[in-house]
Amino acid sequence: MIISWIKNIKQVYTAILSRKARSFLTVLGIVIGVAGVIIILSLGAGAQSLVLSQITKLGTNLIGVLPGKSNETGPPAQAFGIQVTTLIQEDVVAMQDKTRFPHITDIAGFVTGPATIIWRNQNIDTNFVGTQAAYPKIQDVEVAEGRFFDEREELGSNVIVLGFDIKQELFGETDAIGEVVKIKNVPLQVVGVMARQGTVAFQNQDDQVFMPLNIGQQQLLGIKYIQFIRGKVDSSDNVDSTIYEVETILRERHHISDPENDDFSVRDLASAVDTLSAITDSLKLFLVVMAGISLVVGGIGIMNIMLVTVAERTREIGLRKAVGATNKQIRNQFLIESGALTLSGGVIGVLIGVVISYLAAIGARLAGFDWDFVVTPLSIILAIGVSILTGVVFGLYPAFKAAKLNPIEALRYE
Amino acid sequence: MSLIEIKNLTKDYVNEDVVTPVLKGIDFKIEAGEFVAIMGPSGSGKSTLMHILGFLDRPSSGKYLFQGKDTTEFDDQMLAEIRNESIGFVFQAFNLLARTSVLENVKLPLVYSKRENHDAMATKALEGVGLGHRLNFFTNQISGGEKQRVAIARALVNEPKVIFADEPTGNLDSKSGNTVMKILQDLNDQGKTIILVTHEMDTAEHAKRLIRIKDGQIILDEKIKQRKLAKDQGELIK
Repeated sequence: MIISWIKNIKQVYTAILSRKARSFLTVLGIVIGVAGVIIILSLGAGAQSLVLSQITKLGTNLIGVLPGKSNETGPPAQAFGIQVTTLIQEDVVAMQDKTRFPHITDIAGFVTGPATIIWRNQNIDTNFVGTQAAYPKIQDVEVAEGRFFDEREELGSNVIVLGFDIKQELFGETDAIGEVVKIKNVPLQVVGVMARQGTVAFQNQDDQVFMPLNIGQQQLLGIKYIQFIRGKVDSSDNVDSTIYEVETILRERHHISDPENDDFSVRDLASAVDTLSAITDSLKLFLVVMAGISLVVGGIGIMNIMLVTVAERTREIGLRKAVGATNKQIRNQFLIESGALTLSGGVIGVLIGVVISYLAAIGARLAGFDWDFVVTPLSIILAIGVSILTGVVFGLYPAFKAAKLNPIEALRYE
Repeated sequence: MSLIEIKNLTKDYVNEDVVTPVLKGIDFKIEAGEFVAIMGPSGSGKSTLMHILGFLDRPSSGKYLFQGKDTTEFDDQMLAEIRNESIGFVFQAFNLLARTSVLENVKLPLVYSKRENHDAMATKALEGVGLGHRLNFFTNQISGGEKQRVAIARALVNEPKVIFADEPTGNLDSKSGNTVMKILQDLNDQGKTIILVTHEMDTAEHAKRLIRIKDGQIILDEKIKQRKLAKDQGELIK
């Protein structure tokens, strides 16, 4: 049995290799389809791991409160450029109540905006973050020089902490601590420089400056509301209960009885991760379906060429039957032939797909992304399995046609 | 027990409800070791008869006993097995595989058999027809006469009981045809049963027994009195 299969496969490859150009063109559809599947799965996995690692860098036990209502998975209202003014600093104060929120270890309100920072005759365009003393603990970041502003200063002292890049650009190697910079003519004394952080959540964390919330709110933006709140929960197990508590107190404070009318939304990063995974998974599925369609088209090409092959080799089929081949052996010969064709296509496709995915990963790394080159063995097995399956499925009809040929007519066939 | 025994064999072709009888009740026996020529004009049914005898086709009615066994009820699998183990075909048009070496062509029946040592067996068969020096030639690199000898080697490689030769000299010049007939006569001398189908008296006279068919019936079945003996004209290098 095994020997006869080996014999079959040997014959088949002789048959395929004797028509190299045609065989290659025939499997081109499969090659493209399989390469597509590999590239999509690899880039999808790379992008997903990039996004997820960016997010989990922030920590999964963070919660965020955004103004305006949004449903669980949809984008926040701010994403549409709407400024909602319902969150205020007193909401943050309420959440600092340890008896009511025992699991919130740190919490801070935020405002952000663009700023031009001036020191002596230099100026740099950057972004400022108005926040509170708890910021380094919430974001899990370190101060490299000096210190972050404290709880007393956060009430309205004119102090500023510089991001690493800003300090470098503005001061170079000179000591910045104690110097006074200006933003919109507001003088601010440098008390600290943040440690280098790199890019988190697609944002260069070193290209920003930090100041007390009140300064940013009132002196720079001239607003009374805050843009968002971030808090750290002691353990990710307590995130859900804390979110519930936060929602309850905000409804109390904002006099909302029906959750439908919420003017805020509370999110945690775990759910954001789930949402993102769901989006990328469905995108991946869609692309894989597209690649699957190209495999089906490739399969039809295989069926077509196998029918031509069977017709061309009618005399050979007749001869094989005359020397003792059974219908089953003829059928298997052509099934193996189309399976071997698509298997070769699949292997070539996997190689092309892996090379392109690898080049894309190198490109992404050169562009500064922390991109992982991911080709799972599963995707390779899947791609090759699917290509063999395509060959066998689309080879069935031609193979049965060959098996059913009448040997006498086949021998006489001109 | 005869090697081949057919009793009242008929074959009808049905085409769009029109029944055309091709064989109308044929009876004969062929013993092992015979050299029989089946002769008749085209359309006489001689090819159909050979296809049935060679298990490429089935009779419409009648009995076909091969080595004493009634084969009329055999399924496709069993017929394929008989064709593989007991029968060798030589066709007018050679029917060799293109773009394939002489040796691979001769090995083809072995692919479907349980035998081993394919290369050795195929080489031996080719040496038997004087083509030991052509093993790795491709089929498009050899002459017509050599092609037919490759076909004979292919028919012999499984050591069958019977060789069916359907107009084996039809596509050959007289010299090559003579060589082919010489090989067939030698094989018969070594004990192989040969059944030759032809429409040429000249070719048929190389056999020992002549069966003439006309309109699907046997009109003559006799021993050949003056048998022609083919001479090797230097083509067979031993």
